[in-house]
Amino acid sequence: MTEVLAADGRPLKASLNRALRRQKLRALALIAPLLLFILVSFVMPIGDMLFRSVENQIVSETLPRTVTALEDWDANSDEAPGEAVFAALYTDMALATEYKTHTRLGSRLNYEMTGISSLFRKSGRGVGRFDTDTYTNAFQEADPAYADPAQWSAWMQDANVRTSLPETAATYDAWAQMIVEAEGDVPSEEEPWDFVYTALYKEVMAGAQPPIAVDLSDIVPISLQAQFADIDEDWLDPDVWQTIKIYAPSYTSGYFLNSVDLAKGADGIETRPENEQIYITLFVRTMVMSLSIMGMCVLLGYPIAWLLANLPDRKANLLMILVLLPFWTSLLVRTSAWKVLLQQQGVINDVLVWIGIVADDGRLQLINNQTGTIIAMTHILLPFMILPLYSVMKTIPPSYLRAAKSLGANDWTAFWRVYFPQSVPGIGAGCILVFILAIGYYITPELVGGTKGVFISNRIAFHISSSLNWGLAAALGSILLAVVLILYWVYDKIVGIDNVKLGARTWHCQHMQAPVSASGTTVSA
Amino acid sequence: MALPAYASTGQRVWHYSFRVICGLIFFFLIAPILVIIPLSFNAQNFFTFTPEMLALDPAGYSTKHYEDFFTNSDWQLALRNSLRIAPVATILSVTLGTLAAIGLSQSHVPFRRAIMAILISPMIVPLIISATGMYFFYSNPYIPTPFGKIELPFTLTGTYWGVVLAHAALGIPFVIITVTATLVGFDQSLTRAAANMGAGPVTTFFKIQMPLILPGVVSGGLFAFITSFDEVVVVLFVGSAGQKTLPWQMFTGLREQISPTILAVATILIGISVLLLFTLELLRRRSERLRGMSPT
Repeated sequence: MTEVLAADGRPLKASLNRALRRQKLRALALIAPLLLFILVSFVMPIGDMLFRSVENQIVSETLPRTVTALEDWDANSDEAPGEAVFAALYTDMALATEYKTHTRLGSRLNYEMTGISSLFRKSGRGVGRFDTDTYTNAFQEADPAYADPAQWSAWMQDANVRTSLPETAATYDAWAQMIVEAEGDVPSEEEPWDFVYTALYKEVMAGAQPPIAVDLSDIVPISLQAQFADIDEDWLDPDVWQTIKIYAPSYTSGYFLNSVDLAKGADGIETRPENEQIYITLFVRTMVMSLSIMGMCVLLGYPIAWLLANLPDRKANLLMILVLLPFWTSLLVRTSAWKVLLQQQGVINDVLVWIGIVADDGRLQLINNQTGTIIAMTHILLPFMILPLYSVMKTIPPSYLRAAKSLGANDWTAFWRVYFPQSVPGIGAGCILVFILAIGYYITPELVGGTKGVFISNRIAFHISSSLNWGLAAALGSILLAVVLILYWVYDKIVGIDNVKLGARTWHCQHMQAPVSASGTTVSA
Repeated sequence: MALPAYASTGQRVWHYSFRVICGLIFFFLIAPILVIIPLSFNAQNFFTFTPEMLALDPAGYSTKHYEDFFTNSDWQLALRNSLRIAPVATILSVTLGTLAAIGLSQSHVPFRRAIMAILISPMIVPLIISATGMYFFYSNPYIPTPFGKIELPFTLTGTYWGVVLAHAALGIPFVIITVTATLVGFDQSLTRAAANMGAGPVTTFFKIQMPLILPGVVSGGLFAFITSFDEVVVVLFVGSAGQKTLPWQMFTGLREQISPTILAVATILIGISVLLLFTLELLRRRSERLRGMSPT
């Protein structure tokens, strides 16, 4: 049996495969630039946000020695850790102060325990004035070589010295790195700082051999714990240490716990104090208000969609402009309109006073509360309800209603038993769409919601621009994202994947390309 | 819809009250937008109708808020920024989006669903979340590797290109959707015929494919443009004072010191939306006529 050959003499099967492969590659090559673009400009930012909601490297990066030393300390004990931890904290704090990272860490830990921020700021100022210069002076008086930067540098490159004084060598290295990075100086020209001498002293007292023998017997040891306690009594508070220890790991669920009003304690997860419980309330409020906006949209949207679907095309098209014009008008324009209309001295209150429904001194408070948010957002999202509803109703043949009536149903029964069940897919699609759009809204609640009418989005924005608690903002954002994605999944199940395209303004572009009558699919058609 | 001659009184009452209800809802939809147009010509710095305005006295009206818009340096800077950012973002999303849509419409595309989901995602994710992510990532961009982050030596927050990049990403789903929708009806044998007659891929694209899918590309471009032109959340986070756009200026104006100039700007923007709606309607009519489906 002979193999079928293509024109170039290759087997036909191989030739076809090659052509197919080339076609696939060409398609991918056309998609690749955009895919790369979206990955860099959009997907990676979202990934970065998700990462930041659990990332917590700041503690172990700023206080690496303290975190290691704290491993031996029992978080449930009622006492502050011992001298070893404070010695580590001394070195860490002295370095962090020069890198100016201690205030950042302070603000980070302040989210978990109020007061730590000022504690760190104070300690950063005080750590250079410790009494540890006694050690420095003792070494330098015993032998001038200890005051010579070049000599120090030479010792620290000597393998013998490094093996006999590992702690000092490590501390010196960290100091030298800081001198180069933070100060821009050369270590071999700078006299080491007190904390390096402190490390040397501790090692020598523990029995290590210094490069040049020194008699330290008449020096009174300085308690670093006492030094820190002098700056602020809080350093003796076990709660402070507990917070540092709990938030020492590089990754934390702390931000997510905070997002649902929980906190990490020494014994595991506990609820936050009453006055800090705001997020559950805020999530519930976001949900309830989005649901009421959705309900209002169904209530107002259904009659309009019905009217548009049942009028002759020419009239319906004309009335459709009244729906599409607000749809196409800038969000800011519509929000400013409501801001102007709903004011106490605004048009609506003026009209109400003029009619005589309300007294001039009893003008209604329509803005900067939940009423304002619900009115403005119902107006903004109403087209998103009307358009999918209309698409579905357009596919319901009017003859069904006539048939029901000719079989003896009255108007209401005909509508409720025959028409309404067929329009339910449209209600479902419109509701999910409006709900998804509503829970993520930021601009309108911010402008007309006051304090009682704001959503979770406004809190996210607050944490990014004002409180600078980015981790918490990221965690709140991740939860919101998860809710939206779940809703989209539901939407996809109900409405179908091809109609997921239906998002902001998309209805119109869908409608434009494939008119309802042509494609006949349920919603976005 | 018409009321039959044999309708009972109850049916008559319901018929007319339903019309009234619908009228009220249409009023709710359109009135807030229409009301601010006369208010923007207010001669006073009020946000309500003055007695002179109600009496249709010419003295009650003036164009001073428009003059303020065209002379105030803040507003002019914002207008300039909007006009510098939106077109460039549109060009970016239209070019990349059209290419990708053509790629996606080929018959054998591996992972089509996954790719589509990624490309559409900027439209699905709430703006506040996109803005948060972009704010973090653009301020300190990096390349993630299994060995750790490689940080890039520049930052995009507070730069013109940062905002353009972000807006282009937000506009892309609209271009993808409109162009793929047009391509569904595109006859692939036309490109094969062109190739048969000796046209290269580039010539085929510009001479054969492009003119046919142009309505889809144009409307996608309009959507991308209006997305960028209207967008405020992302620009608030990613941009700095130097990239202050028109919506940004309106937002801060509404939040802090509300000035009547905002109403003048809003009226101008309403004019733009009417123009846009009109253009899109024309495009829709055209494509319907081409498909031979127009009712007229």
